[in-house]
Amino acid sequence: MAIDTLLLARDVGAGLATIGVAGAGVGIGNLFGAFVGAVGRNPAARDKMFRDVLLGFALTEAVALYALVIALIILFA
Amino acid sequence: MAQESGINALGQFQLTTGFGAFGKAIEFTNSNEMMLLAAVIVTSLFVVALRQRALVPGRMQGLAEISYEFVHNMVLDTIGEEGKRFFPFVFTLFAFILIGNILGLFPYFFAFTSHIAITGALALFVFALSTLVGFWYHGIGFLKFFSPPGVPGWLLPLLIPIEIVSFLSRPISLSVRLFANITAGHVMWEVFAGFMLMLVSGLGAVGVVAAIIPLGLNIALTALEFLVAFLQAYVFAILTCLYLHDAIHMH
Repeated sequence: MAIDTLLLARDVGAGLATIGVAGAGVGIGNLFGAFVGAVGRNPAARDKMFRDVLLGFALTEAVALYALVIALIILFA
Repeated sequence: MAQESGINALGQFQLTTGFGAFGKAIEFTNSNEMMLLAAVIVTSLFVVALRQRALVPGRMQGLAEISYEFVHNMVLDTIGEEGKRFFPFVFTLFAFILIGNILGLFPYFFAFTSHIAITGALALFVFALSTLVGFWYHGIGFLKFFSPPGVPGWLLPLLIPIEIVSFLSRPISLSVRLFANITAGHVMWEVFAGFMLMLVSGLGAVGVVAAIIPLGLNIALTALEFLVAFLQAYVFAILTCLYLHDAIHMH
């Protein structure tokens, strides 16, 4: 059975592209870790900080989605 | 959508024409329908909510006032006093994207923010506006924006191209962020729903029990997607504010 190398390479490439999501995992963990630490030190500032945390979360998550978009482009475009 | 070939995760973003024969003639798509609906919802919400003008706001009026004040504070905190004249623009963007994101979460509704053509148009408009505002306030001096103050001279040949590239990539990151978030959420729903169908068709009765797991994941995803729908509208609006701040105050 002949293997279509091009299709194979495409699928491997799409899989490799999703490795970038790991970075966003580190980032989101870092973000919320720092947030929990900060709230432990100063619980009164929780609500004020949470706004920035949400913004940081959205910005970090977007990086993961860039990797996902690249994977989707490789697969479907 | 589980066919023999697998899951057709992107089929849900297909454009179809709405409004019957008339819609077909002018190519009025389901995406346009949703945009129109979002605009009508935002407008009618404010018309209905603010009709009474009560001193003690009721539920609807409270909603309108909270959303107004939320964006108003965001604009003033980020841009400063000059931000007042950009408030209507930012609020329109925020409300339109928020309602669009939320509409897209309902079954049989179309998420128009999942198309990069739409987010790209919005982002390009923001980009063009913030650049024009920069030149309007500072004239040709706005070009100094690309050379940050306090940088040694020998670093400038390296730094200026970087600043220019990062400035030009703003509309790309702004549009791709929104589009990718909404698309990824809907794709994940579709994929997990596809798992359920595959489990049931593959394993029979055992599969029906096992399908509870992807169903639970989908329910959890629904909560996350509502958060993301709000968050992305918020991020889009606050980044618009940041860009306008950069244009007015130069860093």
